[in-house]
Amino acid sequence: MSGATRDTAVRIVLLYPELLGTYGDGGNAIILAQRLRWRGIDAEVISVGADDAVPTSGDVYVLGGGEDGPQVEACRQLAAQGVLTRAVAGGSVVFAVCAGMQLIGTEFPGPDGAPVAGLGLVDCATVRTGEKRAVGELLTTTDTGFDIGELTGFENHAGRTRLGPDARPLGVVEAGVGNGSVGVNADGIRTEGVVAGDGAKVVGTYLHGPALARNPRLADLLLGWVVGELPPLGVEHRQVDEEAGLLRDERLAAVRAGNLDGVLHRTWKDRLLGRN
Amino acid sequence: MSPDGPGASPDRADPPPPPIRPVARAVLGMASAISRLSRRTGFGSGSVIGGQFAVLVHRRLLSQLTAGRNVALVSGTNGKTTTNHYLARALGTRGPVATNADGANMDAGMVVALGAAPDATNATLECDELWLPEVLRQVGEAVVVLLNLSRDQLDRTQEVRAIASLWRDALATCPTRAVVANADDPLVVWAAGGALEGPGARSITWVGTGSWWTLDATGCPACGGRIRFGPPQGWSCPSCGFARPSCDLWLDGDTLCTASDETIALPLALPGRANQANAAMATAAAARFGIGTQSAVTALAGVDDIAGRYRTETVDGQQVRLLLAKNPAGWQEALEMVDSSDAPAVVSINARIADGRDPSWLWDVPFERLAGRFVVASGERRHDLAVRLGYAGVDHACASSLSEAVAVVQRHSGRHRDTVIDVIGNYTAVQDHIGEVDR
Ligand SMILES: [Zn+2]
Repeated sequence: MSGATRDTAVRIVLLYPELLGTYGDGGNAIILAQRLRWRGIDAEVISVGADDAVPTSGDVYVLGGGEDGPQVEACRQLAAQGVLTRAVAGGSVVFAVCAGMQLIGTEFPGPDGAPVAGLGLVDCATVRTGEKRAVGELLTTTDTGFDIGELTGFENHAGRTRLGPDARPLGVVEAGVGNGSVGVNADGIRTEGVVAGDGAKVVGTYLHGPALARNPRLADLLLGWVVGELPPLGVEHRQVDEEAGLLRDERLAAVRAGNLDGVLHRTWKDRLLGRN
Repeated sequence: MSPDGPGASPDRADPPPPPIRPVARAVLGMASAISRLSRRTGFGSGSVIGGQFAVLVHRRLLSQLTAGRNVALVSGTNGKTTTNHYLARALGTRGPVATNADGANMDAGMVVALGAAPDATNATLECDELWLPEVLRQVGEAVVVLLNLSRDQLDRTQEVRAIASLWRDALATCPTRAVVANADDPLVVWAAGGALEGPGARSITWVGTGSWWTLDATGCPACGGRIRFGPPQGWSCPSCGFARPSCDLWLDGDTLCTASDETIALPLALPGRANQANAAMATAAAARFGIGTQSAVTALAGVDDIAGRYRTETVDGQQVRLLLAKNPAGWQEALEMVDSSDAPAVVSINARIADGRDPSWLWDVPFERLAGRFVVASGERRHDLAVRLGYAGVDHACASSLSEAVAVVQRHSGRHRDTVIDVIGNYTAVQDHIGEVDR
């Protein structure tokens, strides 16, 4: 299917923003829609509230991060409706960050630490290892056959994710935690995120929140799976990618200079709350 | 609303506070010497350093300095400095007031403020959200003013709910004179409810502020169910029945209404709905000190400068107004404040520890509201802002400082020399800009 010949708008479904949207994750839906519109391709963002029916005809389903309780609730509702599983089988794209990635795997830890069954859209399992929460910049290189360069973002998660034989990583960790100790593969490579290995168009990552803001090539990869080859952005819309380039340069330089932020700097507020 | 407690009589002067004890006086003397030294050596602004020394060597200093005074403690994520200013102005109608107007809102800043006003019977203290329980334990009977709770720093998870729990426990265990709480924030209502549970249950003044930030409160603090927000001006949890209490005082547009059928216009010098909410909270708190609604409103309406914010300054021949917005709720308020203008604007963010190191929250702020205006992105994380503005369809450019931002605005549209440019920034970004203006 090519963008020029579509007669309906690309439908980007943002799932449960009030359950899975604590870190500006809704930004990913905005970014995907704008990058289509700027190429003359109609796009609409459909925001699905908790308890609402999930549309069956979505082209891209976007899931964000959230706290443990809402994560279990979101998973329960998606499992009950079954729409997402059928949509993936029908070729729809899923992009899931952080808690969203954990719940599309086979299992993840619930609020009490006991494993909860995930949707099983992709072959990965998330566990608690007793290691401290991963908070800070995350930088990966991609060796997964996608020509999208380094991926940069911020991670904030307690779980660690083991990839099964039917999944591959989205990236290889250069700095940060990513999938963590259980995500080190047989070759000793530290992995980040997950891509379905069975041809399904499912991608998960610990680059949380508006991950696509810093990684426009990842956004275009997902969109290409929907509309085929993407025309380049028009001249009047190139400013945003130039600025994303400046943002990437700044973040990559900071990380490579050893500035990973977050947990390194604890304030009196953290101490008062007993945070590690 | 009936005032209660000491100092409740509107026509009698408040009795003076007890004199500061000799040891405390000596400690405060050393503290101010340290502060002077620190200022002279250029090591920070000074006053907090002296206060930190004082509370370190004299553990009961805050408790002693507040004994015999009528104290209000103002806390919440957004608006505490403004509300504290408002309340100080209202209390000023009864005589001298001790207040930490500079926003130094931990115990160190409080003892400095109290020590500087030994004759003030009334005190109103802005208090950091996380320090409130500890300060309550030390201060004892106070009027506790609870504004709101929203996400402040994204690299701290679950902080909002943790603070609500800390508040609730503290109110259930510490004696308070009264609680004044925002009825439109479910987390605040739940936290304030602690005051009704403890020994010697205290009365709560509920204020209808018309908050409209609901993103952080969809989970019911009482049962974990989902809160429904719906007209007219209500919220409730269908699972457990937890719901908005009926109010003693509320905002109806620009008018303040009370349960005793008063309606009072609110002609504030400060812009925006958020400041009307702050004024309503301060007025309700002032009533607990025996100050009538109209007197309080008359006194606080003229406040037009909060520790440098809202102040209109001239930078390289250009008038600018500095607005603080620390988090998505604050940004939404600030963007509403500047909505009426089509002049260029400057937005500025840093991501230092005090700001939170993760600016992902930018995507929860409706920057689309700025479409149609020329905007300059500034601050250390201006590239994050620039990308956000780009996807919001806002015509923009970047600048590394306030004066460079002003230069960019003037190059873009010289005609704006006569209009005021709004500069919205988060915490350390605004501090940097105030520093730039004052230099
Ligand atoms: Zn409930």
